[in-house]
Amino acid sequence: MPLSRMLLAATLASAPFIGHAAEPIKIGDMNSYTTLAAFTLPYKNGWQMGLDEINAAGGVLGRPLEVVSRDDRGNPGDAKTVASELVSKEGAVVLFGTILSNVGLAVADFAKQNKIVFIASEPLTDTIAWSNGNRYTFRLRPGTYVQAAILVEEAAKLKAKRWATIAPNYEYGKSAVEAFKKLLSEKRPDVEWVAEQWPALGKIEAGPTVQALAQARPDAIYNVTFGADLTQFVREGTLRGLFEGRDVVSILGGEPEWIDTLKGEAPKGWIVTGYPWYDIATAEHTAFKDAYMAKFKDYPRLGSVVGYVSIKAIAAAITKAGSTDSEALVKALRGLDLKTPLGPIVFRASDQQSTMGAYVGRLTVKDGMPRMVDWRFGEGAKYLPSDADAARMRPAE
Amino acid sequence: MGFYVVQFLTGLAGAASLFLVACGLSLVFGVTRVVNFAHGSFYMLGAFVAYSLTKWWGAGLGFWAALVASSVIVGALGAAIEVLLLRRLYRSPELYQLVATFGVLLVVQDAALALWGPDNLLGPRAPGLSGSVALFGQRVPQYDLFLIVLGPTVLLLLTLLLTRTRWGRLVRAATEDRDMAAALGVNQRHLFTGVFFLGSLLAALGGALQLPRAPATLFMDLNIIAEAFVVVVVGGMGSIFGAFLAAVLIAELHAFGILIFPQVTIVLVFVVMAVVLVVRPWGLLGRPEDARHRTPTEIATPLGVPRCLVVIGLIAVAAVLMAWPAMAGDYGLKLATEVLVFALFAASLNFILGVGGMISFGHAAYLGLGAYGAALLVSRLGWPMEAGLVVAPLAAGFGALLFGWFCVRLSGVYLAMLSLAFAQIAWSVAFQWYDVTGGDNGIQGVWPSAWATSPLVYYYLALAVVAAALFGLHRVASSPFGYALRAARDSSLLSEAIGIDVKQVRWFGFALAGAAAGMAGGLYAFLKGNVSPTVMAIPVSIDGLVMVLLGGVQTVVGPLLGAATLVGLKTEIASATNVWRGVLGALIIGLALLFPRGIVGHLGRWHRGGRP
Repeated sequence: MPLSRMLLAATLASAPFIGHAAEPIKIGDMNSYTTLAAFTLPYKNGWQMGLDEINAAGGVLGRPLEVVSRDDRGNPGDAKTVASELVSKEGAVVLFGTILSNVGLAVADFAKQNKIVFIASEPLTDTIAWSNGNRYTFRLRPGTYVQAAILVEEAAKLKAKRWATIAPNYEYGKSAVEAFKKLLSEKRPDVEWVAEQWPALGKIEAGPTVQALAQARPDAIYNVTFGADLTQFVREGTLRGLFEGRDVVSILGGEPEWIDTLKGEAPKGWIVTGYPWYDIATAEHTAFKDAYMAKFKDYPRLGSVVGYVSIKAIAAAITKAGSTDSEALVKALRGLDLKTPLGPIVFRASDQQSTMGAYVGRLTVKDGMPRMVDWRFGEGAKYLPSDADAARMRPAE
Repeated sequence: MGFYVVQFLTGLAGAASLFLVACGLSLVFGVTRVVNFAHGSFYMLGAFVAYSLTKWWGAGLGFWAALVASSVIVGALGAAIEVLLLRRLYRSPELYQLVATFGVLLVVQDAALALWGPDNLLGPRAPGLSGSVALFGQRVPQYDLFLIVLGPTVLLLLTLLLTRTRWGRLVRAATEDRDMAAALGVNQRHLFTGVFFLGSLLAALGGALQLPRAPATLFMDLNIIAEAFVVVVVGGMGSIFGAFLAAVLIAELHAFGILIFPQVTIVLVFVVMAVVLVVRPWGLLGRPEDARHRTPTEIATPLGVPRCLVVIGLIAVAAVLMAWPAMAGDYGLKLATEVLVFALFAASLNFILGVGGMISFGHAAYLGLGAYGAALLVSRLGWPMEAGLVVAPLAAGFGALLFGWFCVRLSGVYLAMLSLAFAQIAWSVAFQWYDVTGGDNGIQGVWPSAWATSPLVYYYLALAVVAAALFGLHRVASSPFGYALRAARDSSLLSEAIGIDVKQVRWFGFALAGAAAGMAGGLYAFLKGNVSPTVMAIPVSIDGLVMVLLGGVQTVVGPLLGAATLVGLKTEIASATNVWRGVLGALIIGLALLFPRGIVGHLGRWHRGGRP
């Protein structure tokens, strides 16, 4: 084909078919796809599936949704550049995603400065909803406070009085321990905190750490480590008998993302928050799970649910607002209720935190895989601070 | 009592892997003088390959066979990289090799992700050693006892290899004086490849040995590499026994440190290194470096490029920079501002590297100090941006005066590592001190004053500041002080003899570079609107080095071009693909091979008709 014809063909192919299909609404997604691939790829699958469903049903406001997805490169400075690219260059009208708390906070700050709505899908830090909250940032996942509060309810029932804690040494670990200690001490004034360990994230020296915890002779242990640290902690702890005759409460310990690495070695009897995808029998969840497994030939992780709900929330907000204007979206998102695979949620108007909850149960092993048993669902609304308290924690607008 | 004995033993077990990795690194450095960032990648690959082989061959004996096989396979890979890549770079300045190995690290990261997937992979426990034994009323894993024996065994075998075989003697001769060994007819090619094989094999063995204790993860490379360097430096470069001693020292300090102060883990190794280097500038068992050590980069000659060419180049660059806003939107402006900020950062690093001859692995510390200085002033005290921009270079300059006083007493790689140690200590302070610095979440809401909020105005502001700073650095470099610094770089003995106070000149040079980096940090804080500890983390220091080396050390334009290349590549590739690390790594390797003098350095060379 001569060059001129090729150019002509290319021009035609890229030209919008006016009246044929409406211009898509662009949404910007950013997450740590390279730094935390294990956690974020299931998340990406989740929103991909939600997006396909939305567009199959005709999109929103008669226009298809399009997601422009970027790696946030795992650090706040680069994430700002990426956010700017998505908004200024790609024309995204809403941002969503992020998992690392410092990256989430940086994008939230960008949202505030640029008056663009940001659904912080996965960061666990509560400062994003409270002390650093802003008008344009909405957080989907239950933060450390809610997760800790759900666990404390179970922990308070234990006989244990002497407690030890182990957490990775950064904001998440610190606030997860702080909230747990505060809430448990309130419910059980008789508990004592006898030891704490703060391994550097991803660099635990499990042997000495386990020894140090055992030396304090606690009745129970509260664990916040996850990922490779958790695996090493469990192996060393089991070998050295740390968990024998002790209760262990472990935040996020039942999330398949983190615990499935351990396979048959998952520690039995631990009280964990997590996601028992294999046993949730509600119609909404079954439909989600079946569709997910059919599409990706893999089981859903918690991140998959979060990704799926994120995009659904955005679509619902745009529909409710009737436009993609940031101010209209903020109004629509405040108090927006939504059906999700984990049950109905609301984005509270007071602190812009969703009421998504978490499952709590005990770990066991079935067919060589970690499973949660005796679990129940903790509704986020029940554990969040009251609307008035939450609003007080936020800076004035 | 029993507890402390067992804690000691546990520490010893922890030292084993660290020792294996570090002694491999030490061997490689001793002979080839390559600061090999890819060494951590071999450690990681050792674990992954062993995992796959164990799965294939079955646990039982298969595990032990996999341990050996994966070490040999990865060792061979190391040798292949030496032959295909590093061999072509031995005659380049030291830092070009470093940058190339950094490229290898990036490529391996994405290759491992593609081959093994994102999940952590947990291998079986060591067959035959999967239980624990009771010692002093405590339970000790059998595998720990195996590791405790293994460390000294490997030390002994290596010592025998190095002292009792002909090959070992050649390795030691080359470590002692590479040129003399070559002059005496030792085939360096074979020797270097052999050492690389052995070094990579040891790293892989260290990684594979972790399998019964920890899963294979994609973070293993970066997690081990800094610590391995620390062990090598604390022990003394090229000293195997020193590496063993240092590994044990660090593991034991760790084991007992957490009993008193559990938060110490985050910075312990770097504090140890700083203390050791301040007290013993060549590590525990190292010897003073050869006084004739090469300069880290191409030497920056003041009048290398014809005057007219410089002027034409500067006018062209200035025209592009002034006209840029007309071509770019908000995003393009922000990106261009970022390029300017990093150009200043790279130029300040270039100043101590090229003019001062001092390698810094921790230059991000000063970028960070400037950024934090400005951010704290604005967010905590409510001062305006203008004050923040004044304080930024002062804060960083003060920090550089403090750290520099210790650093300039050292030279070569030891200086580089001490600067890294200080940077990590500064990083950990920012990371830990929640009440002031906001910890790892950092400080939000550091936005410019109202008049400078538009990306266009801020771009011109940054352009003005950066241009002034670059001009200032250039003037200093060609002032009497700059010549004194060059003299100190080229021969500290001769400089002392003609009355130059070498330490003081280097100290002030270091502080000036720190202040300039701090200026860049201040601009960075207001550009991004937030500051977090990642701004002074190791990757930023490495980025700085990559920019300097891409641009070449000769000119004012070099850092600008280097910064534009790296920032541009990173953003463009990252927005096009999620395997950006691999693509970037491959490009860095390619550039290092094609332009061993940096891009601008080559332009200048072509102009002179290929004369150096």
